[in-house]
Amino acid sequence: MIGITAFGGYIPRLRLSRKAIVDANAWANAGLRAYGRDERSMCNWDEDSLTMAVEAARDCLTGVPRDAVKALYFASTTFPFEDRQNSGVAAEALNLKDELETLDLAASQRAATSGLIAALKAAGSGPLLFVAADKRRARAGSTQELLWGDGAAALLLGSENPVAEFLGSYSEAVDFVDHYRGQYREFDYQWEERWIRDEGYAKIVPPVLDGLFRKTGVQPADVAHFVFPCTYARLPQSIARKAGLREEGVRGNMHAVCGETGAAHPLVMLVDCLEAAKPGDLILVAGFGQGCDALLFRAGDALPKLAPRSGIKGSLERRKAETNYSKFLAFNDLTAIERGMRAEADKQTALSTLYRKKDMLLGLVGGRCERCDTVQFPKSNVCVNPNCNAIHSQVDHPFADTPARIRSYTADRLTYTPDPPAHYGMVEFEGGGRLMSDFSDVDEGRVEVGMPMRMAFRIKEYDPQRGFTKYFWKAVPA
Amino acid sequence: MATGIKDKVVILGMGCAKFGERWDREADDLMVEAFEEAIADAGIDKNEINAAWLSTAIEEVHAGKSGIPLAMALRLPYIPVTRVENYCASGTEAFRGAAYAVASGAADIALALGVEKLKDTGYGGLPQRSRGVLNSMYWANLSAPGAFAQLAAAYRAKHGVDKADLKRAMAHVSVKSHDNGSKNPKAHLRNKINEEAVLNAPMIAEPLGLYDCCGVSDGAACAILTSPEIARSLGKKDLIAVKALQLAVSNGVESQHNSWDGSYFATARIASTRAYQEAGIDNPRQEINLIEAHDCFSITELVTMEDLHISPEGGAIKDVLDGFYDSDGKIPCQIDGGLKCFGHPIGASGLRMIYEVYLQMLGRAGERQRATPPVRGLTHNLGGFPHQNVCSVAIVGRYGA
Repeated sequence: MIGITAFGGYIPRLRLSRKAIVDANAWANAGLRAYGRDERSMCNWDEDSLTMAVEAARDCLTGVPRDAVKALYFASTTFPFEDRQNSGVAAEALNLKDELETLDLAASQRAATSGLIAALKAAGSGPLLFVAADKRRARAGSTQELLWGDGAAALLLGSENPVAEFLGSYSEAVDFVDHYRGQYREFDYQWEERWIRDEGYAKIVPPVLDGLFRKTGVQPADVAHFVFPCTYARLPQSIARKAGLREEGVRGNMHAVCGETGAAHPLVMLVDCLEAAKPGDLILVAGFGQGCDALLFRAGDALPKLAPRSGIKGSLERRKAETNYSKFLAFNDLTAIERGMRAEADKQTALSTLYRKKDMLLGLVGGRCERCDTVQFPKSNVCVNPNCNAIHSQVDHPFADTPARIRSYTADRLTYTPDPPAHYGMVEFEGGGRLMSDFSDVDEGRVEVGMPMRMAFRIKEYDPQRGFTKYFWKAVPA
Repeated sequence: MATGIKDKVVILGMGCAKFGERWDREADDLMVEAFEEAIADAGIDKNEINAAWLSTAIEEVHAGKSGIPLAMALRLPYIPVTRVENYCASGTEAFRGAAYAVASGAADIALALGVEKLKDTGYGGLPQRSRGVLNSMYWANLSAPGAFAQLAAAYRAKHGVDKADLKRAMAHVSVKSHDNGSKNPKAHLRNKINEEAVLNAPMIAEPLGLYDCCGVSDGAACAILTSPEIARSLGKKDLIAVKALQLAVSNGVESQHNSWDGSYFATARIASTRAYQEAGIDNPRQEINLIEAHDCFSITELVTMEDLHISPEGGAIKDVLDGFYDSDGKIPCQIDGGLKCFGHPIGASGLRMIYEVYLQMLGRAGERQRATPPVRGLTHNLGGFPHQNVCSVAIVGRYGA
């Protein structure tokens, strides 16, 4: 019995008020006023699809030994690298074992649902970690900017005690180009919304749902939850009604709390649904984009027993309202902002160093001295304990999931950071080890010695000359 | 234990360029300016110098690498010239190299010259520079003020000090240095300030405001060293001798081992203890008469007073507010304005400190001269960050004292 054995989610902490977007742009497009309510999720400057995917995956792997994972698939339409396997970077960050099947799935809003179907077919050979994340970049003042949000979700697939059993899927491929992004283009090109709604969703989705019911023999009325990302108001209800699904089973599209998180959204909504579902519930997930995928799951008895995790619910609760639209523009490089001369410093990355130290830099793996048991970061040739100093005595010791506390800190307005002031300080790990670490997701004036922190995989900096995103770990409030 | 450097080397002459924003001067101009004063003071011919040490720290924004910039600027006659860099302790390192050369007998007369030309970057503060390929990939995005600011957070937590009380003591440190700097014609910053101005200044790195930070300056300073015997043979009286030269360098305990609490300089405690031992000083609070400490930031100076074993641990705030370190206090600290106001051309700073102690001992410090010339003076440099640094402590004093 193949299915979902665990799940996790991640929505960035920042939520941009749509009113702020509309107030800034309605002068040019009065139509935007129709979207001026609630908020959308927004990556901090140091977050992207990869960092969100890692967070969702860590959440999903709560209580799961990392060595158990045999494959990692990563779906996104906004990978930070077009040619460097993004799932491979995530695997390093997650400190998964080397014997691993990795795969990037891209190029369609169906990347996650189509990828998930393929992954479920492959998951028989062992636990497969499936993550989806998107941070779509829209033009300033566009409708998409208001509709979209940033987020990620992760599913662990396998046969052991699934929290949701996979009952089957049905797909149709239709080259319906509602939008596209050509090679070397920064932004999507979008066709008329009414055409997309009436000629696209309304005509392409229903036959796929029919196909799924035919194939699985499940009665539409028995489906408890219909997970169907769609930004058109009332359209999912109308499609549900026509398909014979219970209208009250239509899951909300989370527009009010985070917006549509691109290719990740079917999974974000699925995780959100699993957090509310009861054993026995039938869950239908549909994904639209140049065709449609439909997948059917049945929640299992293991669902309520799953170890507590942040999930989508938890990350939505970890919220900071953002009303400064200029900050959103700056974070997403949508405006030519003055960054100061300090930002010009060229700190190019030596790829050979990165490779040699990948466990340390991507996995936050330090050392533990086998002589005196002192854990330390980074791992080094000579033990740092002044009463030991043993040589060649250290074995790998992962720090990423160890709780930490602030020992000293500052808020720095001199050093260059895209989001001043730069907060950083010494954090001490429970059980030993410390790191002079960048902080992220902290509020000025609310940092104090002793504050509990956790480590998060984040963008260290972006090298604009070479188009290279550098990642490392930062301390964020626990 | 080694016998140490005490009274083996004396200062033959010293010089110091005017510190500040020397827009019209190159690094070699500044070197010559400091050297002209020193060679005149020493009363020797340039060709009598047997070896030289050049200290620069951020050479990529001015003179470039190696000892060549010094040899070229002064047209030294093909003598050995060694460039040293050890963060902000670089100047004292040049002095140490020259002193050891004399003490060993390898040189009769040796030159130590430090220079830094920092104001050609186009922006305020220290120049951006590489931290090393791997370090850049994982070190926090720290600036100097941000690294030192953390002393305040840890010091407050350890000693239970109120934020405002600490900030006020830090303000006193800066007000005092501005008062002192106003009397120094070679100082970069000569304006007087008051506590209110310090407290209301723009924040640089919490809790360090603009006036908690020292100046970033262009400048040069130099020393010409020889043995007591040669100095006497050249007709010198009132010899000022080297009493101690110590250096302690972090080995990763502070940055990687949880035994350090972040509120003090582990290196300074060790370097100063060793320096007192080398100089034969039992009670520094009684026997040291003048201190030039590395006041890169107000909090650095405050904490350092404890690490030099002058103020008791947790007692620096009281001493500072009592005026113990003021120019008319028991042990003046930064009587020349310090890094804060004399300025901080990194490679020159250690030598500038010794220059001031030397002038004060000889009664040549002009308007800022201490009424009773000091007998023993201590200079202290702190390079790097509180969590990993190079600390130098030098003690100079009257020969035989």
